Amino acid sequence: MKLKHFSLAVAGIAAAAISLSAVAQKKYDTGATDTEIKIGDTKPYSGPASAYGTIGKAIAAYFDKINAEGGINGRKVKYISLDDGYNPAKTVEQVRKLVEEDEVLFVFNPLGTPSNTAIHKYMNQKKVPQLFVATGATKWGDPKNFPWTMGWQPNYQTEGRIYAAHILETNPNAKIGVLYQNDDYGKDYLKGLEDGLGDKAKTMIVSKVSYEVTDPTVDSQMVTLKGSGADTFFNVTTPKFAAQAIKKAAEIGWKPTQYLNNVSSSVGSVLTPAGLENSVGIITTQYGKDPTDPQWNNDKGMQDWRAWMAKYYPSGDVKDASNVYGYSVAMTVVQVLKQCGDNLTRENVMKQAASLSMDLPLSLPGINVKTSANDFYPIEREQLARFDGKTWKLFGKVYNPSGD
Amino acid sequence: MDAFLHQIFSGLANGCIYGSIALALVMIYQATHHLNFAQGEMATFSTFIAWALIQKGLPYWVAFSVTFGISFAAGLVIQRVILRPVEKAPVLTNVNVFIGLLLIFNACSGWFFDHTVKAFPSPFAQEGLLKTQFFSAHEFGSFLVMLTVLLALYAFFRFTPIGLAMRAAAQNPESARLVGIRVSWMLAVGWGLAAAIGAVAGMMVAPVVFLDPNMMSGILLYGFAAALLGGVDNPWGAVIGGLIVGVLENLLGAYVIGTELKLTVALVLIVGTLTLMPAGLFGKHVVTRV
Amino acid sequence: MSAAPDPSSADRKSRLLWIGLVVVLVAAMVLPFLVKNYRVFQFNLVLVYAIAILGLNILTGFNGQISLGHGAFYAIGAYAAAVLMDRFGMPYWATLPFSGLLCFVLGFLMGFPALRLAGHYLAVATLALALAIPQLLKYKHLENYTGGVQGIVLVKPDPPFTFRFLDQPLNADRWLYFFTLAVTVVMFLLAWNLLRGRVGRALIAIRDHPIAAAVMGINLPAFKSLTFGVSAAFTGVAGALGAVVIAFVSPDSFLLPLSIFLLVGVVVGGLASIPGAFFGAIFIQFVPNIADEMSKSAPQAIYGVLLIILMYLLPTGVMGMVRKLWARWQPGAARLRVNARPGTSVPVSPDLTKESTT
Repeated sequence: MKLKHFSLAVAGIAAAAISLSAVAQKKYDTGATDTEIKIGDTKPYSGPASAYGTIGKAIAAYFDKINAEGGINGRKVKYISLDDGYNPAKTVEQVRKLVEEDEVLFVFNPLGTPSNTAIHKYMNQKKVPQLFVATGATKWGDPKNFPWTMGWQPNYQTEGRIYAAHILETNPNAKIGVLYQNDDYGKDYLKGLEDGLGDKAKTMIVSKVSYEVTDPTVDSQMVTLKGSGADTFFNVTTPKFAAQAIKKAAEIGWKPTQYLNNVSSSVGSVLTPAGLENSVGIITTQYGKDPTDPQWNNDKGMQDWRAWMAKYYPSGDVKDASNVYGYSVAMTVVQVLKQCGDNLTRENVMKQAASLSMDLPLSLPGINVKTSANDFYPIEREQLARFDGKTWKLFGKVYNPSGD
Repeated sequence: MDAFLHQIFSGLANGCIYGSIALALVMIYQATHHLNFAQGEMATFSTFIAWALIQKGLPYWVAFSVTFGISFAAGLVIQRVILRPVEKAPVLTNVNVFIGLLLIFNACSGWFFDHTVKAFPSPFAQEGLLKTQFFSAHEFGSFLVMLTVLLALYAFFRFTPIGLAMRAAAQNPESARLVGIRVSWMLAVGWGLAAAIGAVAGMMVAPVVFLDPNMMSGILLYGFAAALLGGVDNPWGAVIGGLIVGVLENLLGAYVIGTELKLTVALVLIVGTLTLMPAGLFGKHVVTRV
Repeated sequence: MSAAPDPSSADRKSRLLWIGLVVVLVAAMVLPFLVKNYRVFQFNLVLVYAIAILGLNILTGFNGQISLGHGAFYAIGAYAAAVLMDRFGMPYWATLPFSGLLCFVLGFLMGFPALRLAGHYLAVATLALALAIPQLLKYKHLENYTGGVQGIVLVKPDPPFTFRFLDQPLNADRWLYFFTLAVTVVMFLLAWNLLRGRVGRALIAIRDHPIAAAVMGINLPAFKSLTFGVSAAFTGVAGALGAVVIAFVSPDSFLLPLSIFLLVGVVVGGLASIPGAFFGAIFIQFVPNIADEMSKSAPQAIYGVLLIILMYLLPTGVMGMVRKLWARWQPGAARLRVNARPGTSVPVSPDLTKESTT
């Protein structure tokens, strides 16, 4: 009889415990409910960087697809994207609106290094995730000091170091000329190259010339570089200027070994206007599939992407690599949210973001997305590729800076 | 020496770019006494229209002429519809309207034609007798085109009755009206011409700098500097001003101060020159009767 | 035949004006406790832009010297404050006079070439300034101070004390709001004092009839250069405040669009009007947000359309319309007053060679 009471009691306590923990499983912070997850971001829809506004529209289109297919764990994504015109002062204002008025769960993929620098402290003070920032600057992977901020794409300095390693391997006596945009993006790449070359940087880099985005052409800089006697060219320019530089080099009869930064490696947007025959031999690093590269025409991931563009973002440009970027980064955040399950607290969002191990269909084979509590760089692997006149041919090994 | 000559010629080529936009600015100034901030964006939009026509299959010179016509008509319409209501308003109100137009055209270029960089064809054969080591066939060709436009403008203003009427309407609207000139329409024609010249400038520039919605942002600023350096009421001054700015910028960047400060130094020099010659190098000095 | 304005009605009017101002001030002080923090932040920005626009208005509206480069003074003021706070540990409130003084000197120096340049030439010279300053801020040899392309991250000041009012605490945002409000009141009083007396009339005389002004004994070069300096000082103080409020400066925060939008604000508010600066600031702060809500594809185009429509409806700015309505309400005597505003005055003689008012 005592045993019966005892086992009843145990059963009762167990049942209570199970039901309590079942109720305790659903945890929400502001911005998440049973039916909805609110995510916010800022993008430059106006102003000098408005070309990147399409990333915001691609992300919105991807969430449309997810919502049409039932949402994430039964919850629809509500995506609020605000224009900051690439002005850091405006970014601060818009992000504060997202956090304090729209009460989003987290801020996702804000674009621009100065814009993200402006909100870096605020996000960490408020303990709101600043997730998968859209910039390649190196400073976003610092979990010790800024546990609420995480980057996404391979950072520029790593890429610069890869080129340096390749130059030292293949042409240790190279004379390098660098053309770089005079802002954080350009200088970050340059630093990567110089760090990668180490002591030899001073002797190997014979000419460093910069340009401003307000410059109409980079012709003068190219003439200077040719005149410096450089036989290797590190081209750190955004697409329009990259096309100009490649074309001008051909026109003035300068044929260096050219390393082109990944930002401007699109076949359709850069190499075609520059002249495919002028681009033969250019080396870059890649981590994603270029939508204008014919070698991916029959690739399943690419075909799925094209179908998605046609259905959910028909006004978008299928030649624009930014639309691949938006698709892939949105896919990553959806995976994070799926992993969160019913625990949609900000802390858990960061925890899941720091426990990623996935492959993206539009990443190159061998390039994964992996994070951990000490590793806030989701995509780090890159591979060198050489342009053969039609397409980028990957070669060599997959570089893996942190060993995962 | 080779590199030096190269810098000079590349500077002259850039200078042609600045000069052609400066020409459009001076053209509008001569007709309306306003500097049109939206000139660059209107030129970009016209170039996009030309690009779209060429994509549809039209041969180059047909697309060129059609775009020229469309731009002229559009400039006319803009003056009649958008600018006439503020004609009598203070100058800065007009400036605000120009700024509004600038924003609208820039945004619409991106919206209708998207932001990917586009190649724009050049009508001048790449290989051929026009090409030399220092500048390409296109650069030489566009220089010739600009010269032609300049001469045509000069002849138009000097020798045709409409040109005379336009000059009168700009200089002295009251008296012009008394002689029977329809001043409002002269302003509209002025705008149409400026828009058309801007379109030509855009189509000459695009093969070199590639076509995207922000193609003209930097060029417009240099164009302003060039137009005022040469004297804002002098078309020849605009072209020469452009050439000077182009060469100056290149030489400064390559030999004097390096590329990180060349914009600053170039602008300082231009302002300095203007301080010494307040009406620009070739401008008219305005003497006020007390 | 000049009918003297009725003294008692003038008294009554100025009393009404003062009462109205006090009411507005009290409302402004209660406002931050009625709204959320980020709105307070936005109102902060409105006040900052109002001071900057007032500065530009002194130069362009009252004195007729067009400037497309006031963003440069705003940037210099902001960076001066940031460097003093970050590298030299100065408290935020002490940086304002330094920024103001530095910009006064630089503006005064800028006034010298400006003396020789008129109208569009001056516009281009100031445009050059607006373009050169961001490049200088990125210059590598100044990086130790300016932070180069990365900019400088600042610490937002904490309120020195706290209390609760209407159930909301005095937190950092609200404290900064009151600080900014105090500075705004001081700057506007300074401007009003400066412009209502002989100095103001001299500036307007120089704008409308420079030769007559010179003949009357006004020292044109001194006045014009000093005006440039004062105008730059105002905008510099605004920049310093902006740096404190936003807690971040970088070269990308101060590109050409800033100068253009300050000018837009001056015209929208009303040339040669002190209260107009608030309306201009409200426009440039909030209308981009409205445009953003209306369209993601081309928010800039919406902004441009709204700007043009506003220029049609209010060609002399908000205060220009307010003045027109106010004049219509007055009995006949007021209409005989000399109208000091540009665009509405009839030139005394049609001066054929004179440019229009810029």
